[in-house]
Amino acid sequence: MPLPLILALAVLLLGAGFFSARARAIVAAGGDARRLHSLPSFHGWLGLLAFALPAGGVLLLLVMAGNTAPLGVASLTLATTTGLMGWAAVLYTTNAETRARNRVEALVQIFLIFCSVIAIATTLGIILSLLFETAAFFQQYSWTKFFFGTLWRPDFRGNSDLGFLPLLWGTLYVSALALAVAVPIGLFAAIYMSEYAGPKMRSVVKPAIELLAGIPTIVYGLFALITVGPLLRDWVAQPLGLGESGASVATAGLVMGVMIIPFVSSLSDDIINAVPQSLRDGSLGLGATKSETIRQVVLPAALPGIVGAVLLAASRAIGETMIVVLGAGAAAKLSLNPFEAMTTMTVKIVSQLTGDTDFSAPETLVAFALGLTLFTITLGLNIFALYIVRKYREQYE
Amino acid sequence: MTDLSPSPRATSLLLPDARTRARNSAEARFRAYGFAAICLALLMLAILLVSILGNGLSSFRQTYISFPVLLTEEKLDKSGTRDIAVMKTVTTVGYMKVIADSLEQVLKDKGIDVGDLKSKDVAALLSEEAPAAIRDRVLADPTMLGQTIPVRLLASGRIDGFFKGRVTAESAAKGTKIKPEQLVLAEKLRQAGLIETRFNFAFITAPDASEKRPEAAGLGVAIIGSLYMMIVVLVLSLPIGVSAAVYLEEFAPKNRFTDVIEVNISNLAAVPSIVFGILGLAAFINFAHLPQSAPLVGGLVLTLMTLPRIIIPARAALKAVPPSIRDAALGVGASKMQSVFHHVLPLAAPGILTGMIIGLAQALGETAPLLLIGMVAFVRDYPGLPPEGFFDPATALPVQIYSWTQRSDPAFVERASGAIIVLLVFLLIMNAVAIVLRRRFERRW
Repeated sequence: MPLPLILALAVLLLGAGFFSARARAIVAAGGDARRLHSLPSFHGWLGLLAFALPAGGVLLLLVMAGNTAPLGVASLTLATTTGLMGWAAVLYTTNAETRARNRVEALVQIFLIFCSVIAIATTLGIILSLLFETAAFFQQYSWTKFFFGTLWRPDFRGNSDLGFLPLLWGTLYVSALALAVAVPIGLFAAIYMSEYAGPKMRSVVKPAIELLAGIPTIVYGLFALITVGPLLRDWVAQPLGLGESGASVATAGLVMGVMIIPFVSSLSDDIINAVPQSLRDGSLGLGATKSETIRQVVLPAALPGIVGAVLLAASRAIGETMIVVLGAGAAAKLSLNPFEAMTTMTVKIVSQLTGDTDFSAPETLVAFALGLTLFTITLGLNIFALYIVRKYREQYE
Repeated sequence: MTDLSPSPRATSLLLPDARTRARNSAEARFRAYGFAAICLALLMLAILLVSILGNGLSSFRQTYISFPVLLTEEKLDKSGTRDIAVMKTVTTVGYMKVIADSLEQVLKDKGIDVGDLKSKDVAALLSEEAPAAIRDRVLADPTMLGQTIPVRLLASGRIDGFFKGRVTAESAAKGTKIKPEQLVLAEKLRQAGLIETRFNFAFITAPDASEKRPEAAGLGVAIIGSLYMMIVVLVLSLPIGVSAAVYLEEFAPKNRFTDVIEVNISNLAAVPSIVFGILGLAAFINFAHLPQSAPLVGGLVLTLMTLPRIIIPARAALKAVPPSIRDAALGVGASKMQSVFHHVLPLAAPGILTGMIIGLAQALGETAPLLLIGMVAFVRDYPGLPPEGFFDPATALPVQIYSWTQRSDPAFVERASGAIIVLLVFLLIMNAVAIVLRRRFERRW
């Protein structure tokens, strides 16, 4: 049966369930809706749900049991029959005292709880899927060789070296460069905006810096690939003889730093604004200049929050994919030269999982091990950031 | 006793001494650092936008060659009976010969000297897509055979690059794809009015093209794929996100279970997007065996990513509604759920909607999770109409940009930048709508 027809029939049946149950309730109250315990519409909803929930449940059970034609005539008839039985039961037991509103609200509450639990289900799904496949990987490749190996050379014929350390080094190096760019700029921008800038300037500059956060990362990746990479190569790396490639750690780090500036700047801005004015006034009253006040009073007071913001920005930098895919290259090596192409964990996850490869080979499963490590690192950083903020933050009256 | 003799240095409030001068200049320097930081950040933004615009705006114009083509019957319909099955045996190679013959005729008529170029070099001025367009038109209307029809055909990628400044006589002499004499001929054709560069709608509507034909590559499939995914995200994440926010804000008791849910949601908001891609690959493709490259799977993955980003602003919007509204509703006899759904939720709706639009805008720009669920394939056909269209293979706008950057022809760089301009325009519209909604409907309590 074509889908629009099924949908039309479903709407028709649900509507009929609603109005019939509603009418039955009014009849049960002798034609006077005020004698009912619940508003007539709640009786209507009860009738509708009494049809829809059993029918939907039957369809779901059929799909989970492996039925390949859930919208075929047979399964639809079964579902409709079950629904009609539920609807008939409600209609039969409706009288003026039926607590229709309580029942409907209980069902809605269950739905609300179910929606909230989806967040837990997502986290569980992430952890389970990662753990499962990582376990399969570690059965084929020793975990000591993975975590302490320094050579990354996958070979799809087998006998590959899958060492994690070059990837970890690349990730940390790129993120460190990104933070080295973003933290000074973001922090000083936040200080200027919260302490020195007037309201007109704030209203222009703050959205402009937020714009940097709203630009998709693929745009930054292309920018790194076609503009920043050749620029750094032609003006810095080649004259200094440090590298020949447009894709390098410096390219990716610089562009990633630009992307992270709004994270550092807006979080720091909020934190600096939260420092009470009385502290600043006290310091100014003792004769300090504004910059001395900021350096010696405001920033120390805001320091836990700023450290938390920097850690959150670091976790964002570590998990970033598209900028490093396009800007940092695919060569896994342990080198100190920032103008060489070095790859990161996220790039390798993408490259190992997008290829026509055998899904149970260790070369493909290593991506799940990398994903689990990445997830753990970013989760750890976030929890650490929250802990620091909570433990050291100042409590003002 | 303390020595009360005055210090030898006479200090005056009117003349700053060295230390005060140093402190004041430190102050001025500090302020300058802050201002310089802001200028640097805005300069980076400006450089980014200018670079993208500079590279990409030219992709909205395309070079076409217009001339009359004689559809010779003998070559295109061997049997002479206008039988479609027979006419289909003539491939694009045959049509290219017919078109090339007409082009040479036109050149002779206009008196344009082709110099030493062979006829296949003259035909190489046209894109390899051009005969396919003519073939489709003829197969749709066989009565055209034997007539001379005016056509506007795509010029080849290198000719297009020549008119946009990418390809010069020097680079043509160094490379193998095009000869400088062909460029000279193209210039003569432009002066004769046969070649022109016009606005290129096909960039937005046409499907993707193969590596060798950047001039024919378009965003049609990507835009439809992204649209389908946004529909899935909207339909799924709005009810689920708002329901979760309502429960957590209004109904949840303050116990460990609620704490766990809240911690989970804030953690999920900070998880890297690629981990969601891994989850999508493991759960939706390997476990549930949904089709790869389908907008439905992409939409499901993006829904999981967008949920925390909707729940958090929705909670803030619900929290902003003053308790007096809830108390008043309870006071006139509503139940808790009636007060929430009939009174609090409508008042929090503008904030929720704004958060939803911003979440959708962020989902539109996501690339990494879609790469892992296989949307990076080369898709040539448009996905069908919904609901079957949700299961057809498609690609998405950011993924299309990524796959164009991986191609070797430098004309694809221009295409990728143009696609980024399209993506940024969509994002700008969505964010502008969110801001307008917030300004118009926001209530300050």
